[in-house]
Amino acid sequence: MLYMSVFVLIPLAAVVVKAFSSGLGTLWSSIDNTPAVRALVITLAASLIVAAIGAVMGTLVAWVLVRDSFPGKRFVNALIDLPFALPTIVAGLTLIALYGPDSPVGIHLAYTRGAVIVALLFVTLPFVVRSVQPVLIELDKEVEEAAASLGASNTTTFRRIVLPALRPAIFSGAALAFARSIGEFGSLALIAGKVQIASIVIYDDIESGTEQSAAALSVVLMLVALLVLFVLRRIGSRIDR
Amino acid sequence: MTVSRRTTLSLRLVALAYLALLLLLPVGVVFWRTFEHGVATAWSYMTTPAAVSAFWLTVLIAVIAVPLNTIFGVGAAMVIARSKARGRSVLDALIDLPFVVSPVIVGLALILVYGQGGWFGDVFLNNGIRIIYAVPGMVIATVFVSLPFVVREVTPVLREVGDEQEQAAATLGASSWQTFWRVTLPTIRWGVAYGVVLTTARALGEIGAVLVVSSNVAGSTLTLPLLLYQRDSQIGSQVTTSVYALATELAVLSIAVLLLMTMFGSRREDAR
Repeated sequence: MLYMSVFVLIPLAAVVVKAFSSGLGTLWSSIDNTPAVRALVITLAASLIVAAIGAVMGTLVAWVLVRDSFPGKRFVNALIDLPFALPTIVAGLTLIALYGPDSPVGIHLAYTRGAVIVALLFVTLPFVVRSVQPVLIELDKEVEEAAASLGASNTTTFRRIVLPALRPAIFSGAALAFARSIGEFGSLALIAGKVQIASIVIYDDIESGTEQSAAALSVVLMLVALLVLFVLRRIGSRIDR
Repeated sequence: MTVSRRTTLSLRLVALAYLALLLLLPVGVVFWRTFEHGVATAWSYMTTPAAVSAFWLTVLIAVIAVPLNTIFGVGAAMVIARSKARGRSVLDALIDLPFVVSPVIVGLALILVYGQGGWFGDVFLNNGIRIIYAVPGMVIATVFVSLPFVVREVTPVLREVGDEQEQAAATLGASSWQTFWRVTLPTIRWGVAYGVVLTTARALGEIGAVLVVSSNVAGSTLTLPLLLYQRDSQIGSQVTTSVYALATELAVLSIAVLLLMTMFGSRREDAR
């Protein structure tokens, strides 16, 4: 508990205190200025898009990894963890290398909102895949066979049998991806360019010495993240029951 | 559910193409850019004094942060899974905080507490200990962001194996210390190993939190990711071989970590 306090709790408390240090009015005005609001809107929108695409593609990848078999599957399976192992700054750089100014494929995505989405998809890829995969492995195939033998089409079986079983896993994976996207910095630091992402705005505020407005934006971001964490725990305890 | 051959193949194609475009191709291009002027050139960029000192600082920070978080992680997991103390559920809820707080906010938080004019900063500064814009701050930042991994890996294993064996050991007269070393630790060892690997990966690659509390002076407070960031933002849009060489160096480190992850991950699955 002491360890947690020294390293985590006291510093976070300091941010909250700093945000409120010059009164509620100042706190509100530092959130309510246009760049801060825009940064929040862009960050939340990008995170939502990433969570949605990640949920669909992550489930698809998990499905292929569990139900399909092909040469090199073990390699692909190991590859999924690459974004967790690779330093995020390198992740950002790899995307500049491929989609940047001297792109070998001629796609110039870097320094745009599209690049932000791609970078976030990269770093959050494992969340949905790794949370859906074990559930899919445990899933009882007999229920699906029963549905099929009762005349259900593949689409119906998937929609009525498989999807409901996977839904909590997909949801919690996507929520983790969302939470991670809100605060992501490393992979975006190089690639975001002039796109004002919340974490980058906070960084610029710290560098220019306006710690109070950095703290104000931080508190809002932390509130959103805590909300996600809270919702996740509720889902978790529902599954346990 | 019997899926037709065509659907299976097209799903496989979509999944593999997605992974190739998102993961494999970008990483491949970085390797290619690094070595396009020959291995010797790339090697010379990796062995400049700044790069070498950044490498050792990265390793040093990981060597301090990882054992700290491992000891704390196993201890906290024991409390969450075994103890019935009142603080248990609070601890359980707070453990995940570092995962959902943006690394930049972590940096800001540390400045406000340990920096000049911060809550405890002046106490340390008056005694000649510099934390922020120096290595201690970077270590604390790394500890913060990589704190939950070991706890999160070990807690479910402890819950799953239950405490019958530990009770048996205790009835046979083992002290709690003996029980821990002889019974508990061997059962959770693969979970611990996996958590340690994840912690190491994060410690080696962390940028956001460390960037804020570093003074960005090459040779003293730049880790490999920071050096990479500094080089790239100085040059602007034209990324050079020297940047790619550093990226490759980091990527090689992390691929080694990935191999360990795969190894320990499957051992951990087998053990269950």
